[in-house]
Amino acid sequence: MADKQTDHTATDLEEIHEERARAHGRHPSAKEYVRIFLILGAITAVEVALYYMRDDLGSWFIPMLFGLAVTKFALVVLWFMHLKFDDRRFSRFFMMGLAGAATLYLIVLLSFRTFSDRTP
Amino acid sequence: MADVAVAKGHDEHQTTTGLPHAKLAMWLFLSSECLLFGALITTYVLYRGASIEGPYPADVFDIAYTSVSSFVLLASSLTMVLALAAAQKRDFTRMRLWLLATAMLGMTFVGGQVYEFTAFYNEGLSVTKNLFGTTFFVLTGFHGVHVTVGILMLLSLTGLSFADRLPEDPAFPVEMVGLYWHFVDIVWIIIFTVVYLIPTGPVPK
Repeated sequence: MADKQTDHTATDLEEIHEERARAHGRHPSAKEYVRIFLILGAITAVEVALYYMRDDLGSWFIPMLFGLAVTKFALVVLWFMHLKFDDRRFSRFFMMGLAGAATLYLIVLLSFRTFSDRTP
Repeated sequence: MADVAVAKGHDEHQTTTGLPHAKLAMWLFLSSECLLFGALITTYVLYRGASIEGPYPADVFDIAYTSVSSFVLLASSLTMVLALAAAQKRDFTRMRLWLLATAMLGMTFVGGQVYEFTAFYNEGLSVTKNLFGTTFFVLTGFHGVHVTVGILMLLSLTGLSFADRLPEDPAFPVEMVGLYWHFVDIVWIIIFTVVYLIPTGPVPK
């Protein structure tokens, strides 16, 4: 298999990577990716632990869960999807849909009084 | 140096924005997907606790099992970024290895979901049984379909790499598929919290 993509010299590759770093900002190293993954795994473990302790946590249970979910969401989007490092216009494109969806559906849920007591 | 010129040509992106339009389009697509999954999650929340007959969430959910599934999907996000890191270093062997690992983890997740759906069905929960069944199967089913599409994209990418048919900059298609894959992961982060960890009814034994 003659790999047409492997015929760069080391200097050429360095030049390419430097050019990319200038164009898109740096991307995290493999070690950083593993670190983020370990944090995500730990947060998931905490979420599951909270689930089993939810009777003791009372009204704190749902806000704590949402806080952890938002943290995981942000870690994946910022590090794994590189929004922290890439051009800000990509973030704006994504936030447009995310914020739009969050606003729209929050209004829908509030309109239907979803968060008020609906004892059957 | 001709290769460098071609590779640089990609980075300079001869576009009106100076950014790769394919990547902008991918972010726009993911942005629109927020509306799709937002609608499905909202519908689930809207009808939470509104079923007039069982099975109810607390009757069927196995949180320990779903936690492992969630962890598998998180692990697939790690292997996906490692594939991208390898592609950026033009280390094709590792890139293919990590892409295949990501696809395998994705298949494990989908297999787990199929098992879970079958178990729920055997316990009497179907898409037409009650509001919980309808909203749950539609939401998680749509997510499962997205994961399956992602697996096909990963396998296609690996196949193209083996056939030496990836473009001059292999990191670009890997990054595009990766964005889609991570999006599927973040959707599951929300589903895991909203659907599984905040159920109605008592804590199952």
